[in-house]
Amino acid sequence: MGEHTDYIVEMKNCRKVFPGVVAVNDVSLSLRRGEVHALIGENGAGKSTIMKILAGILPLDGGEILYEGEPFSPKNPLQVLEKGISMIPQELDLVPDMSVWENIYCGQEKTTKLGVINKKVMIAETQKIFDELGIQISPLSKIYKLSVAQMQMVTIVKAIAFDADVIIMDEPTSAITDREVAHLFEVIAKLKNQQKAIVYISHKMDEIFQIADMITVMRDGCHIVTKKASELTREEVIHHMVGRDLSNMYTKDGARTEEFDPEEVLLEVNGLSKEGQFEDISFDLKRGEILGVSGLMGAGRTEVMETIFGLRKADKGTIRIKGRDVRVKNPGIAIRRGLAFVSEDRKLYGLNLSGTIKTNITMAYLSQILLGGLIIQFKKERSVVDDLMGQLKVKATSRETVVNNLSGGNQQKVIIAKWLMGEPDIFIMDEPTRGIDIGAKAEIYKIMDTLAKRGKSIIMISSEMPELLGMSDRVIVMHEGRITGKFTREECNQEILMTCSVGGNVDGN
Amino acid sequence: METSKISIGRILSKYGMYIAFGVLFIALSVFSPVFLTATNIINILRQISVIGIMAVGMTFVIATGGIDLSVGAVMALSGVISTSLVRGDSAVPLIASLLAGIAVGIACGAFSGIFISKLNVPEFIATLATMTMTRGICYVYTDGRPITGFRDDYKFIGTGSLGVIPIPIIIYLCIVLLGIFFLNFTKFGRHVLAVGGNEKASIVSGINSARIKFVCYVISGFTSAIAGIVLAARTQTGQPVAGEGYELDAITAVVIGGASLSGGSGSVLGAVVGMLIIGVMTNGLDLLNVSSYYQKVIKGIIILVAVLSDRAKKK
Repeated sequence: MGEHTDYIVEMKNCRKVFPGVVAVNDVSLSLRRGEVHALIGENGAGKSTIMKILAGILPLDGGEILYEGEPFSPKNPLQVLEKGISMIPQELDLVPDMSVWENIYCGQEKTTKLGVINKKVMIAETQKIFDELGIQISPLSKIYKLSVAQMQMVTIVKAIAFDADVIIMDEPTSAITDREVAHLFEVIAKLKNQQKAIVYISHKMDEIFQIADMITVMRDGCHIVTKKASELTREEVIHHMVGRDLSNMYTKDGARTEEFDPEEVLLEVNGLSKEGQFEDISFDLKRGEILGVSGLMGAGRTEVMETIFGLRKADKGTIRIKGRDVRVKNPGIAIRRGLAFVSEDRKLYGLNLSGTIKTNITMAYLSQILLGGLIIQFKKERSVVDDLMGQLKVKATSRETVVNNLSGGNQQKVIIAKWLMGEPDIFIMDEPTRGIDIGAKAEIYKIMDTLAKRGKSIIMISSEMPELLGMSDRVIVMHEGRITGKFTREECNQEILMTCSVGGNVDGN
Repeated sequence: METSKISIGRILSKYGMYIAFGVLFIALSVFSPVFLTATNIINILRQISVIGIMAVGMTFVIATGGIDLSVGAVMALSGVISTSLVRGDSAVPLIASLLAGIAVGIACGAFSGIFISKLNVPEFIATLATMTMTRGICYVYTDGRPITGFRDDYKFIGTGSLGVIPIPIIIYLCIVLLGIFFLNFTKFGRHVLAVGGNEKASIVSGINSARIKFVCYVISGFTSAIAGIVLAARTQTGQPVAGEGYELDAITAVVIGGASLSGGSGSVLGAVVGMLIIGVMTNGLDLLNVSSYYQKVIKGIIILVAVLSDRAKKK
């Protein structure tokens, strides 16, 4: 083993070509022990790709990799794991029906001399690592009973149990709350002390400056800059990422493009309750308003909104849409009443990934372009789709492009386009900018603003405080299934939101 | 991440099955003097028509991500019920017996459909149960004996022809055109592919996915019934054992035609090409005096090649 200052991994002039596109172009990257190296870039910048090369998931097309100074050409993920490099993917691949310790030792089970699984040792080892890192999960509990953050921890421990020296984390905080993030960072700090080299892929600027020692920015498959975190500012990093200045991301002003009555109440929710999920939820939504919904994971925000959209059933309470009581038994009814729903999980609830942009956009309101209520009018469909793609600036070679091949931001635009086709009045957007890059985020904000100016109302669930404060006219905060605060844009700040999110009281409202 | 470049490799993988079919066709035309005669071509088409008709319904089911194992048994039941009504000098009008056969097929499809869409029984299990029960009912109804001696007007459906074209081929063509119409040109077809591509997303978009799936099994029951009637008429017997194993042939045709068993893709035209490849290959090997034992081996290879080229296409 080399000294601590030596590079454990050196990637030199690496290149990866996909059909028709250079995903990684001549990128060099070096990792040291005991150092957190943040890899930043917009979606499609090539950061995940280059890490997948290191993890042996993708083959290298050019350049070389040195591991502790020796040439290393990873052929498959197992070989890489054995070498001590472990990648924690964005989508956690744990077996839900197996227990924590079984998952951690899955593929490297310890056995007794007779070749029988040695359960006792593995449980004890798991407990030992948990104790070292201050993780409070029972090694015996089943995975499906854990929260997303806990699963994240299990995946990290799995990497450690494989005796990894290099741990790659791909957007580890995309689905966990701030408090859980803090815990994750404590764990990362401990790993750092154990002289592990850590690669941290993320979009979130706050986190990166909190945790990274080194920062590498990638853009369009190219290496842009590598510097010590202390030598870079937030603005510089953003500038490197987008290649342009983004000082004003949140576009929000009062100007309206269409005449409407801003006092008209479009949606009124009264005393909505569901045993064990949320209780006594009441709020209203005015025309042309963006209503932010703040709260921690598990506060019941998504559940409330899914109930309003007819994806779940409430025990009690009423939903009034445009002055009429509506029993929303299924999404079809909600859609007919003018609601639209942009889910927090694009791939699971938003898109037909194997379908084209065109079929995705016309999925919800196909009836509008039918001849005789039966036959699709293809010409009309094409013009509707082209129009919406133009309005929302969906970047793709054609409307026939398969949605799976689009970046996260463009996928999100396709979903919004789908709803726009029906000109609904009320948009429910659950984490509308999750997992999309900064440039696309700004575009989504702009779209939301345009919609509000046109008299559409938006309910935006978000876990990102700056986004909530920047975009909302009013904010409601939820904690453990109840509304713990309602604020106007002027009354609101990060502290107030955080206090209410953890169940505290704020005077004045 | 995409490209507008057109490479030979892409064309090959995209139209691989059509090209393979062309090559096979030309090769057989060269090697066998009999192959490219009108009689032989019509013969091939007539042979594939029965399973081909079922494959159209199967395309809808597979496009939703489902599977229908009951088609072989359903076709047998439709065959025996409809033929039993027009035996000897029965006064039952032909159309009534045909409608009875079709109604039975639709009922079987609806039966599977209810279990799958309303009670969330896995497709494989639900249709396996329907298959087993339907086959049992065939035996109970016929006491295990084939139904013979039915009227000529019924037999005409299988043996007659319009000009030079046999009726089964015409029926096949009609079903194919209907299938293409509904899958490619209507809201229903679009919704079928949406449900198969991502059922949860389709529900959020307001699509009643349970109803779509239900209807697809009804369609499959319908096409199985038509196939059962054609087969009984052509073989001039209502066999309770008819169609044993046909479900796998129908699935094979759909898969060779480029459909993914996980749903969201599939085309009726693809299923026709899949059927043609199987039919032409079987016929060609017969003409070249290759034992039917080998034919099965080759069919298996074709399935693998088809699926592999489909994989390559998606990468």
